[in-house]
Amino acid sequence: MALDKNQIAKRIAQELKDGYYVNLGIGIPTLVANYVPEGIEVILQSENGLLGMGQFPTMETVDADLINAGKQTVTYNPGASFFDSATSFAMIRGGHVDITILGAFEVSETGDISSWKVPGKMVKGMGGAMDLVASAKNIIVAMQHSNKGQSKLLKKCTLPLTGVSCVKKIVTDLAVLDVTPNGFKLVERAPGVSVEEIKSLTEGNLIIEGEIPEMKI
Amino acid sequence: MNKVVKNAQEAIKDIQDNSTIMFGGFGLCGIPENCITALKEKMVKNLVAISNNCGVDDFGLGILLKTRQIRKMIASYVGENAEFERQMLSGELEVELNPQGTLAERIRATGAGIPAFFVPAGYGTEVGIGKEAREFNGKMHLMELALHADFAVVKAWKGDTHGNLIYKHTAANFNNMMAMAGKITIAEVEELVPAGQLDPNQIHTPGIFVQRIFQGVNYEKRIEQLTVSK
Repeated sequence: MALDKNQIAKRIAQELKDGYYVNLGIGIPTLVANYVPEGIEVILQSENGLLGMGQFPTMETVDADLINAGKQTVTYNPGASFFDSATSFAMIRGGHVDITILGAFEVSETGDISSWKVPGKMVKGMGGAMDLVASAKNIIVAMQHSNKGQSKLLKKCTLPLTGVSCVKKIVTDLAVLDVTPNGFKLVERAPGVSVEEIKSLTEGNLIIEGEIPEMKI
Repeated sequence: MNKVVKNAQEAIKDIQDNSTIMFGGFGLCGIPENCITALKEKMVKNLVAISNNCGVDDFGLGILLKTRQIRKMIASYVGENAEFERQMLSGELEVELNPQGTLAERIRATGAGIPAFFVPAGYGTEVGIGKEAREFNGKMHLMELALHADFAVVKAWKGDTHGNLIYKHTAANFNNMMAMAGKITIAEVEELVPAGQLDPNQIHTPGIFVQRIFQGVNYEKRIEQLTVSK
């Protein structure tokens, strides 16, 4: 069975380590916050100027001056801090954020990522994604493996790039893959999903070594 | 020293057609609502607007977009505004998209007197087209230029008559750097107090960067994505 969005988020959350400063992108990455493993404390950075982001507020505690990068109302945790956008991107560009988790339209076998523009159709802008992928120490992409049978894990991205040779790990609805110098290395497969199925939906070079274990969700 | 002006109309009285204006805010959080309304009423045209986002269809900078007062927009993310996307795709609106951190730093650089700098963001993408690229510490970087503006229009939570500003929560965002960068910086605040009433230890933007300040009125503070826990 292919994973749903929450299961992808849950699998990515297993990559978090105690004390990590984490930047979560919009979409599936936001859900990762719901699955931080027991006994691990991570601090969430929101690039609009908040370190120590908390849960969504209740109706009574909603504050228009307190939002996340997706413009959603949020709260802050004890030990939080607020700052301007230049300071926020000093944290990101300066390599102080331990891990960045973001979505993508396409990823190439060399770790290039496309996530911000579909020419002639959709232009939302790159927001902070280009800064994040250019500087994060570790980048995990959360995405669907394919769209209507078309692979999104490609030899070369077809859409405008967000960054080059930057993605380290990908968690899709079908698999966990590491981006290596030789291509996508299959690390785990979703429960019940065969290696053949993953292979057929991966256009870029797929490295399969030995038995591929199932993810533990 | 008198930086206090009566209201938004007076604060923006010398903003003319073809001005380049920085607008503080992230989404609808921390935007100068009073000045945006006053600019709409003044009907100034052909503006170049520098702002991280462009509001939503009927609020924030979306107001000036709807009235076609903005000729060019310099931003990082415009996904919330259907009218923006329409004007951009049809070519009616000139748009320059910058990586968000690069945008923030280009603004900060202006205020700090730094004409250009190198960052890795955008290298190898269309953002890098036409820009000088250089390798530092084994990694490629793009040269980015400081971003200048005739006016910066910012919003703060509290301010004093010397122009010192304090922001609330995530409403600091681009306001702080823009206040530093404007040739003339106009600050609207929710609470204006006499100099000496704010704790100097808590000031975010020192008054030297602010030329005009006024007590704003009727803040709507619209929420873009009301999200609550059950």
